[in-house]
Amino acid sequence: MIKHLLSGGDLDADTATEILDTAAEMATVAGREIKKLPALRGRTVVNLFYEDSTRTRISFEAAAKRLSADVINFSAKGSSVTKGESLKDTALTLQAMGADAVVIRHPASGAPHRLANWVDGSVVNAGDGTHEHPTQALLDAYTMRARLGRLAGLSVAVVGDVLHSRVARSNVLLLSTLGAKVTLVGPPTLIPVDIAGALAPGTDVSYDLDSVLPNVDVVMMLRVQRERMNDSYFPSAREYARRYGLDGPRMRRLPEHAIVMHPGPMNRGMEITPEVADSPRSTIVEQVTNGVSVRMAVLYLLLGGNNR
Amino acid sequence: MAYPPAARSSPPRQPSVKVILASADVQRVVDRIAHQILEKTQGAANTVLLGIPTRGTPLARRLADRISTFEDVAVPVGVLDITLYRDDLRRHATRAVGPTELPPGGIDGKRVILVDDVLFSGRTVRAALDALNDVGRPASVQLAVLVDRGHRELPIRADYVGKNIPTSLAESVKVTLAEIDGTDEVKLYGGTAS
Repeated sequence: MIKHLLSGGDLDADTATEILDTAAEMATVAGREIKKLPALRGRTVVNLFYEDSTRTRISFEAAAKRLSADVINFSAKGSSVTKGESLKDTALTLQAMGADAVVIRHPASGAPHRLANWVDGSVVNAGDGTHEHPTQALLDAYTMRARLGRLAGLSVAVVGDVLHSRVARSNVLLLSTLGAKVTLVGPPTLIPVDIAGALAPGTDVSYDLDSVLPNVDVVMMLRVQRERMNDSYFPSAREYARRYGLDGPRMRRLPEHAIVMHPGPMNRGMEITPEVADSPRSTIVEQVTNGVSVRMAVLYLLLGGNNR
Repeated sequence: MAYPPAARSSPPRQPSVKVILASADVQRVVDRIAHQILEKTQGAANTVLLGIPTRGTPLARRLADRISTFEDVAVPVGVLDITLYRDDLRRHATRAVGPTELPPGGIDGKRVILVDDVLFSGRTVRAALDALNDVGRPASVQLAVLVDRGHRELPIRADYVGKNIPTSLAESVKVTLAEIDGTDEVKLYGGTAS
């Protein structure tokens, strides 16, 4: 078993499948009266969040608590210490407190990788800059498998701001490992030129959403980050919505069985209309539920045994 | 399921092997336990059989099958995975979690009979009792095992025992079942002190 989960590419097909299978067992706990398992009793999980997050932090907290681990939430927002120094000092503090696992979100790409060199415990990347967000990719894969019954051979369109999306990168790596075919769709300014080949050969790129839709099993909409809207990546929000937003008419062009995903938080009316977000095809709420099960599986597989 | 530490259950290098129960014996023993369950529970009403993986699962199914043959009672069968409740999780590499499948009627208010292949230290059963506590509230819990080899480390005893096998700690008991291993057999390995 791996010690850290830093990248969607850390997992081979067997390990990823083991995580998804374990998550399926963890999901049954949510239906019980007593939503608690004793597997991580006495272990300490630190949530180290240098960036705002609602669902990811709460999801990790719920996952750790359901496994009976002790959770320490460390919100570093507002800290004025310089980045590199503070991260290392924080790491040493966590080490001294005896953290068995550190779940880290950081605005700098690669921060979890540095942290993994400094602490003895396991490090879980909960989103680093514009780089990766592996547990999001795992919960997306879990949701696809739960809805469509398989992952191998699925055709998945990832639509929107690929350039700044850690969700997209982790998904491309994980889904290609698991045998799905990913097509990245967005305006040319928001898709790095060589991204497909650099991440996973076999990944396609398209700038035309309408031509992609009729042939996909899954369409995953990415959030357009408001702070980028004035950065000249596209002329206007309305033009973006017109060309790359998923609305009712576009949704009806999808095959009958296809599902619509979004990692959240959504900009309703921008990349996705309320009609689509609230339709039966949408898995957005399921994704949040599945996130807890998948994170329980990850924490159990990293911390449950004697893997040191 | 071999619960005790690997050091105790791994066969010595040159093991002497003794067949304790052959295929026909295993079937007779299962038949007898089925009869005993019917007798002790007055017809197995309001009863649920829960197998503890790996080999408790097919044993529970067989018992239910035999009970329905003898008395035409359909006893619900389920699976209780105890992985996350073990007290030795941290001594080994991470173990894969198996499915827990409760019968449709659940276990609340029922007489639950836990089924396992070998009763040894009693730690598996302790874990199963903890797991049971989290998935429901049975009216009572009983234990059926194919083999009781002694050496309990906890105050636990079985209600139904297929075969008592006096062993030394240097020996190990291996149960094979047709559903999983291809043949029904109970073997005793060892005897030569390791």
